[in-house]
Amino acid sequence: MSAVMITRKARKWEKLPGKNTFCCDGRVMMARQKGVFYLTVFLIVGTCSLFFAFECPYLAIHLSPAIPVFAIVLFLFVMAMLLRTSFSDPGVLPRALPEEATFIEMEIEAANGNVPAGQRPPPRIRNVQINGQIVKLKYCYTCKIFRPPRASHCSICDNCVDRFDHHCPWVGNCVGKRNYRYFYLFTLSLSLLTIYIFTFGIVHVVMRSVDSGFVKTLQDTPGTYPFMLVCFFTLWSVVGLTGFHSYLISLNQTTNEDIKGSWSGKNRVQNPYSHKNIINNCCEVLCGPAYPSVLDRRGLTQDDLPVPASTATKSNPVPQTTRTTAPLIPNEHTPDDAKPSIADLAIAHAEKISPSPKEEKPPTPPKAPVIPKSPPTPTKVPPLASPETDVEASIIIAKEKAL
Amino acid sequence: MAETHSLQDMRQQAAIAAKVFIQRDYTNGTVCQFQTKFPSELETRIDKQQFEETVRMLNNLYAEAEKLGGSSYLEGCLACLTAYTIFLCMETHYEKVLKKIAKFIQEQNDKIYAPRGLLLTDPIERGLRVVEVTIFEDRSLGR
Repeated sequence: MSAVMITRKARKWEKLPGKNTFCCDGRVMMARQKGVFYLTVFLIVGTCSLFFAFECPYLAIHLSPAIPVFAIVLFLFVMAMLLRTSFSDPGVLPRALPEEATFIEMEIEAANGNVPAGQRPPPRIRNVQINGQIVKLKYCYTCKIFRPPRASHCSICDNCVDRFDHHCPWVGNCVGKRNYRYFYLFTLSLSLLTIYIFTFGIVHVVMRSVDSGFVKTLQDTPGTYPFMLVCFFTLWSVVGLTGFHSYLISLNQTTNEDIKGSWSGKNRVQNPYSHKNIINNCCEVLCGPAYPSVLDRRGLTQDDLPVPASTATKSNPVPQTTRTTAPLIPNEHTPDDAKPSIADLAIAHAEKISPSPKEEKPPTPPKAPVIPKSPPTPTKVPPLASPETDVEASIIIAKEKAL
Repeated sequence: MAETHSLQDMRQQAAIAAKVFIQRDYTNGTVCQFQTKFPSELETRIDKQQFEETVRMLNNLYAEAEKLGGSSYLEGCLACLTAYTIFLCMETHYEKVLKKIAKFIQEQNDKIYAPRGLLLTDPIERGLRVVEVTIFEDRSLGR
């Protein structure tokens, strides 16, 4: 009659704040909205399948068998880069633990001195000098840290990301320090693949038309035309994006900095991270060291989670976790007191290039009886000042209200 | 001479008096370096030279991990040619140096910091943002 309760150690990814989805027991990390990512995969796989099915037999026989072989290699490379970009940690900075948050808070209080009653305290900014240029480090109210230079808070994923470039809905993840090179190689190889199959699609149609006339060709190969249409439209956007990122890499800038005009040259500000040499910049961004993830996803936490016993017990329902068999689990542990920085929300709105994504519903616990799930451990942080009490943030709030 | 406490004993018996966080030093850009400024809370516990030497060694190790040079470029190009599948079987240079750093911190804790009632936390456990120094209550007074 007594239920045997076995506990298992939770892995750290189950307790991470932020709006990420984790799969394969923490090995895979993505944003919550994945609809556009599935569309990307469908378009690439679908278009290439049509190419292999309708064009390749003719081209292999009449031109060379190397053509489909090279197309396959390129296709596999594109998929590898896409999955690598989508599934890896972009460079998320873990949030400050309570003691660190308190320590920083005390430092800020000490630096500000005594603020007369009725006056707002000054904005939380730290100035550092990098290569002769003054750079302002902003305080992130959600993560309770001063963001390192070039880091930014992504409001879609609710994380601070190091060397934040942008949040890309097409890959379903942020693009940051750790996965920027995979993203660039994805766009570059996709451009090459699109140009390649578009060109050989045209070659195929021309060769067939020379043999048997244009109208007969249209009738013989109906599969060619949808994929040519898709290729034609995606060609411009993907090639354009590759060109834009090549430009950014040569200057060692991020999309975020480009949009904000951080190093646009007015007031004599220059990019302090650039090596002033295109080759060095490209080498650093593309061939630099592979940074490890500082977010320990698969480490074991101290907490124990109950595990359902065998189905032999009948009367007492065993408390069940929510992560039993569902393959994709949205991370539910965003702390309630997290307030995304207003400035970052404004920037994220400017950057959002996707159609309004649908919120995915979290999967319901699979087995009956439905049991109350183990409550998430609330992150207890000391009450810290909110953006509304800072001058800078309140100016931005006022601007937003005026618009 | 002070008794050498094992880290396990310390954690179980001693209460934490305070924690000091050594912040990152960004004057050379985004490379991982920590400030060598000696925090005032540690004045009574450890020699300034000793502490600065530890942080300097740590900075050197991180600089080695992030060094841009022939070997890192070679690793990058080779990995790209194999579509980064080579990292499934091979450890990256950075990961190798991180292991060295973990060993270094362990050594420093065992030899220098634990006998003085201090504990260094590996920065990787804090997202490479801070070096956390835990100050335990000093129970060795009046020995």
